[in-house]
Amino acid sequence: MTLTAGSKLEKILKSGQKAVTCECGPPRGADAEHFRHKASYLKECADAVNVTDNQTAVVRFCSLAACRILMDMGIEPVMQMVTRDMNRIALQSNVLGAAALGIKNLLCLTGDHNSFGDHPQAKNVHDLDSVQLLAAVKGMRDDGKMISGTEVVGRPQMFLGAAVNPFADPFEFRVVRMAKKIKAGAQFVQTQCIYDMERFAKFMQMANDMGLTEQCYVLAGVTPFKSVGMANYMKKFVPGMLVPDSYIQRLKGVPKEKQAEEGIKIAVEQIQQLLEIKGVAGIHLMAIEWEEKAPEILKAAGLLPRPKVD
Amino acid sequence: MVVAESKPVTEILEMIKEFKKVVVAGCKGCVTVCNSGGEKEVGILASELRLARKVAGNDLEVVEYTCERQCDPEYIEPLDDLVKDADAVVSIACSVGPQYIAARYPFLPVFPGLNTVFIGGAAEHGVWKEYCQACGQCIIGDFGGLCPVARCAKSLMNGPCGGSSGGKCEVGKGTIDCIWHLIYERLKNLGQLSKLENPWGFKNWSTSRDGGPRTMIREELRK
Ligand code: SF4
Ligand code: SF4
Repeated sequence: MTLTAGSKLEKILKSGQKAVTCECGPPRGADAEHFRHKASYLKECADAVNVTDNQTAVVRFCSLAACRILMDMGIEPVMQMVTRDMNRIALQSNVLGAAALGIKNLLCLTGDHNSFGDHPQAKNVHDLDSVQLLAAVKGMRDDGKMISGTEVVGRPQMFLGAAVNPFADPFEFRVVRMAKKIKAGAQFVQTQCIYDMERFAKFMQMANDMGLTEQCYVLAGVTPFKSVGMANYMKKFVPGMLVPDSYIQRLKGVPKEKQAEEGIKIAVEQIQQLLEIKGVAGIHLMAIEWEEKAPEILKAAGLLPRPKVD
Repeated sequence: MVVAESKPVTEILEMIKEFKKVVVAGCKGCVTVCNSGGEKEVGILASELRLARKVAGNDLEVVEYTCERQCDPEYIEPLDDLVKDADAVVSIACSVGPQYIAARYPFLPVFPGLNTVFIGGAAEHGVWKEYCQACGQCIIGDFGGLCPVARCAKSLMNGPCGGSSGGKCEVGKGTIDCIWHLIYERLKNLGQLSKLENPWGFKNWSTSRDGGPRTMIREELRK
């Protein structure tokens, strides 16, 4: 097994076992305790924990610092990096700094547009896009060269990831875009939360047919519903998200105080279905501000305890 | 063309509140085409200013003039006579105009009467849309002739982001076309979808504003 970065996530995926990543967003302030508390629920149940980078364009404490905190807790981070806020100078600098701190998984994203966040008046950057960021980091890692051609002394060993959204349009282009990300350097991808199983299955079939799942690990995104309100919100307001009415009906069908429980049941079923799909290499659980439920969900789905690798 | 829109009259009144006599200078170029700064608009703005000040009991004298083009030094020359005894100029050209006027009259206050919005075109009567950000190195040949720099909310070079839905951009609540959707459809029509398969490299932004204010020189015209 040849490893690029030797992260736990990379080792588990390369060993052929189903991987589990969870997401943990840093708070909108400097409260490290709050972040540690949320992350503590994920310690035993995730192979690696994604730290979001100012998700939904809302200012939070930076992903680099949050990754360091996770490492101090004995949790392996996946550092997310969006190209919205930094130009190629700052991005490359942060990649080098992250590698110097021992961060080994990097997820390259474009990020939500700043108009959605808490500073819609901000000047955004978009010097690079996610595909170019992948190519830039791969270039630093494999060729020892920055974008400028400057030599990198001490190459950043990163296991490179990207995001895919099988539910955005145009649908047929989504696998092409995934292939493009793989060409640029993606070794694993995490998907947008999946609710429309049929469309996801179709996407995976196309990915399998194109041989993409042999070149790249696909971690299927899952976000449990806390309530029917949340399901409705995601359906209506989150761009590029398809929520079938059947889930909404199902949540509506139980009393209000049972909706959270039903949401968890749905998530567990989804995980089991997803793991049956050919080419799915693991699960990416995004229990937004509901991290304490991750162990319960993953246990019920038969994904605990996590395998040990050295 | 350069697309510009009128500033609210209240904002202009505030700018010139201490003056007794102003010149309102329009332009027969782009701003005439987009109905924001031509002869007609000069007349309208001048009357609005006069009336508002009259109501306030503080009469304002307004001189009206519309230049052939305000972005050409020779065309603002006729202002020399008009500004002699004026306290200020309100230019309703694109924002090049007030800067040219300011450069010509070092001791005369100059104010913009318009907001210059973008380089664009008319979509239908009364509707204009942005098409170009003047990046200085046009790459639309790679994208079916459509511009992802100006027309994609994230200036993506490698295809639609995860927010593209039903042909619309995630920004703008369904009012903005996802240009990447249009690029995709167009390349499909042209049988050139394979153009989108390979990662598009790093764009050189040094020809854009990022390289500093730009100058264009045509030596053969300078002689
Ligand atoms: S690529 Fe640059 S020059 Fe060409 S239309 Fe777009 S912004 Fe304008
Ligand atoms: S939805 Fe389309 S136009 Fe909007 S940011 Fe994404 S790719 Fe660009």
